[in-house]
Amino acid sequence: MVLDTNEAKKKIVEFCESKSKTKTKFYFNDFTDLFPDEKARDVKKILTVLVNEGVLVFWSSGSTTMYGMAGAGKHAEGED
Amino acid sequence: MAKHKTPLLDQLESGPWPSFVSDIKQECASRAKNAKGVDYQVPADCPDDLLGVLEMSYVDGETHWKHGGIVGVFGYGGGVIGRYCDQPEMFPGVAHFHTVRVNQPSGLYYTTEFLRQICDLWELRGSGLTNMHGSTGDIVLLGTTTPQLEEIFFDLTHKMNTDLGGSGSNLRTPSCCLGQSRCEFACIDTQQLCHDLTNTYQDELHRPAFPYKFKFKVDGCPNGCVAAIARSDFSIIGTWRDEIRIDQKAVAAYVGGEIKPNAGAHAGRDWGKFDIQKEVVDRCPTGCMKFEGGKLEINNKECVRCMHCINAMPRALRIGNDRGASILCGAKAPILDGPQMSSLLVPFIKAEEPYDEIKEIVENLWDWWMEEGKNRERLGETMKRLSFQKLLEVTNQKADARHVREPRHNPYIFWKEEEVKGGWQRDIADYRKKHQK
Repeated sequence: MVLDTNEAKKKIVEFCESKSKTKTKFYFNDFTDLFPDEKARDVKKILTVLVNEGVLVFWSSGSTTMYGMAGAGKHAEGED
Repeated sequence: MAKHKTPLLDQLESGPWPSFVSDIKQECASRAKNAKGVDYQVPADCPDDLLGVLEMSYVDGETHWKHGGIVGVFGYGGGVIGRYCDQPEMFPGVAHFHTVRVNQPSGLYYTTEFLRQICDLWELRGSGLTNMHGSTGDIVLLGTTTPQLEEIFFDLTHKMNTDLGGSGSNLRTPSCCLGQSRCEFACIDTQQLCHDLTNTYQDELHRPAFPYKFKFKVDGCPNGCVAAIARSDFSIIGTWRDEIRIDQKAVAAYVGGEIKPNAGAHAGRDWGKFDIQKEVVDRCPTGCMKFEGGKLEINNKECVRCMHCINAMPRALRIGNDRGASILCGAKAPILDGPQMSSLLVPFIKAEEPYDEIKEIVENLWDWWMEEGKNRERLGETMKRLSFQKLLEVTNQKADARHVREPRHNPYIFWKEEEVKGGWQRDIADYRKKHQK
């Protein structure tokens, strides 16, 4: 099955928004769980499109990277 | 006059060794003088504040740095590590002090022009302080602010023909030893392979999809100058599968004292006459050498590539001619949970362009780890959790005696039904013909 980009994007954004009260950052694996029949690489392509569109942003501690909705959560002052 | 008093740091300068404190003070003085008239884009006195915050951490016995954040360049999930000081009023110069990782050239060969460009860029847009190199191998540029990041990225990619390195849950910048460019022990072209892997897996370097970090390191021979076996999830180590080449005349020259052992590396002290029996033959870990009647013999079947004899007598003993690499997986060196060495996966593989065989193993491995690995779990931990047997299966490797570290190390082999003749069902009547109750 080939992912429909628009549907997948919608599903990802809805997922992030549905968790927004408790979580603002997500591991890559959280998104692959949304699409159990898809290859991780295809899910990554959708996430990359969302990052390039400015909908999602990367968050990195230096050792681990997570994805989050742009503007969501607390950031250090002047970071964004 | 120093901006902050730093008596504890000053003490570090008193030893006989080079001190990073002296280096930072040198940069403080240079930036205060500004002989080149640089239009500093981050606070000129940030190295002073760096010393100040470090002194404070020494006094308090705890860090005053916070790290992490969404800093980065557009579209990249790695390469920049956000760093902030938790006492910004006291140390405004390092309130924002991000680290930038830059992809180092294979084998760390630089032109002076490139180094000047890096230093000039970092004087202008950063603290001027660098770390050559970080433990993964990158050029590490220490201390800049968020508005400078895109400017730095533009210059690195457009003027200096390089790129950011890896950080976070990405493929980290692959690294290699200097290989065949200078070393006669190198069994593979480490620089070419490292460069090829770096270019092939650009997307993995910059856009994270792994459970955690993943490192490639390429060593040209088992001497392991980049410590691939100890520090990379995927260690590629040059080896040979034929025989060590012996020049008996040169052996005699070592025995006769005409050639210094270890290429003269230990010649600073008188160790007495070279004793081939004691210093080479008896040191062979598998006892596969003998020296009789002036002739050195090696039972190559038993050789484990420890490199000791070749290192001791490089002009007499040379690596074999049928060269390739061994692939080992799963090393890590974390602060928590303890270090682990790589385990042998492929005893011998040819390492020739376009390296398709190696890449096939890499990609099978990633597919498995991306699917099964838990968040923040290194490949070595996934291997331990799900078994080495599973690793063999996903990489299409056959079990080999060389996978076993020592007899009975792991006796728990689980057979699958298709691997057992007749499956799980058996004809009990037929069995009873031969075996009584």
